[in-house]
Amino acid sequence: MEAVVENLPLYWKGFRTTLVLALVSGLIALVWGTILGAFRVSPVPPLRAFGTAYVEIVRNTPLTLVFFFFVFVWPQIGPSVPFFISAIAALSIYTASFVCEAVRSGINSVGVGQAEAARAVGLTFTQTLSIIIVPQALRTVVPPLINVFIALAKNTSVAGGFFVAELFGVARRLANAHPPDVIAVLIGVGIAYLVITIPAGVLAGYVERKVVFAR
Amino acid sequence: MSSVLYDTPGPRARRRSLIGSVVTGIAIAALLVFIVFRVAETGRIDAELWQVYTDPPKGSSAADVWTSLLINGLGATLRAAAVGGVLALAVGLVLVVLRMAKPRWVRYPATGIIEVFRGLPVILLMFFGVLGLGMPIFQGVVFGLVVYNAAVIGEILRAGIVSLPSGQAEAGSAIGLTQPQILFSILLPQAIRRMLPSLISQFVVLLKDTSLGFIIGYTELLRILRINTEFFGESYLFVLFFVGAAIYIAVNFLLSRVAIWLERRGSMKAAGGAVHADAEHAEAHAEGEQKP
Repeated sequence: MEAVVENLPLYWKGFRTTLVLALVSGLIALVWGTILGAFRVSPVPPLRAFGTAYVEIVRNTPLTLVFFFFVFVWPQIGPSVPFFISAIAALSIYTASFVCEAVRSGINSVGVGQAEAARAVGLTFTQTLSIIIVPQALRTVVPPLINVFIALAKNTSVAGGFFVAELFGVARRLANAHPPDVIAVLIGVGIAYLVITIPAGVLAGYVERKVVFAR
Repeated sequence: MSSVLYDTPGPRARRRSLIGSVVTGIAIAALLVFIVFRVAETGRIDAELWQVYTDPPKGSSAADVWTSLLINGLGATLRAAAVGGVLALAVGLVLVVLRMAKPRWVRYPATGIIEVFRGLPVILLMFFGVLGLGMPIFQGVVFGLVVYNAAVIGEILRAGIVSLPSGQAEAGSAIGLTQPQILFSILLPQAIRRMLPSLISQFVVLLKDTSLGFIIGYTELLRILRINTEFFGESYLFVLFFVGAAIYIAVNFLLSRVAIWLERRGSMKAAGGAVHADAEHAEAHAEGEQKP
């Protein structure tokens, strides 16, 4: 127990690093994933193919492998970057494929009649998408997106295995430094993760119910 | 698929879109070629490096390399995934039965367990197994996989049960079945079938998560890549990584295809009316199911 109380500042630092990792890579993944989602429904076949290939490859790749690439392989073929940046790159690239799928299924969930009506009144592809489809797709997209971000918050823990001192990194360090207190140390870290994931899960459930009722 | 988003193009639009396609196609191809050239410049994909797969240096044979990759590496990955998957399914079933039980003192703790373990990173659970509970590495990896995935599977099965029409359970009690009988002989079999695609997607997630074992020192495919690199030298890292990644992607891709195939088959069987709409809904749900 002592190890936990004494090292509360370290926990706090790890918690902040986890949050920064999740927020920054979440933001990048949101933008990149939405662009990929647009690629996947666009009328330009090469863009569609690119979007599909990206999602199929990245979704079937373990996150650890993406980290392995950026931490070990990348320095051999490109400029070396700090581990924190590698972690953000890995998390963003990985999460973007899931954002893309959420966005795409949101767009597909909007009734066919909506797009047909938009075309019937003469709107172009861009107009149809931005005025008619996306505003309606957004509400269906939000709950799965929250789930993607919850998963991202948990996935930041992989960065701890690749030299970033976030929560799991702190857990490793403290566990090795205080062997008798291992269980208390790890439970402390677990609670820190739950502080992020459980409220976010409740929020996702709430939003989902609201969306369902509005339909 | 989403062709409703734009009109069937006329001759002018077709020409425009052809030009657009060619331009973006060339741009993407140019980008890829540029990347390959940049990597080639570093000398990490030189032809003689690839010989590691046909005629490796340092007195080892091609068979050694492939054995380490497929038997020791992929084999260990699949073993952890298989043991973890079977146990997770079993524990997940127990959790959902407890979760759907009538008495609160059974239902509430089960709900709590599901919510807590769903919210924790798998790597933390593996670490807890190894350091906190003093398990050997393999058991620790499996422990992390089982605890997390059992909670997720419990939740998937519950969603499946909830999505069934209430008439199913009502018909069961009308013919005098007890609550457990209704659950085991009416609700669960249907829920499992309905959620089969989601369950397989979750198994893909589990298979991917075995690679977390790399971090806590389980010798699986990633660790073998590292070991082989140390043996042959750092310059071989890229070619070794490339094939390792391809193996991972191929295995997961095949499993994902099975999930999609099952989905299609499932929705074809449930033809007609409301059931069909339901199945479509479940399909849309299952499609985005593979959690990051």
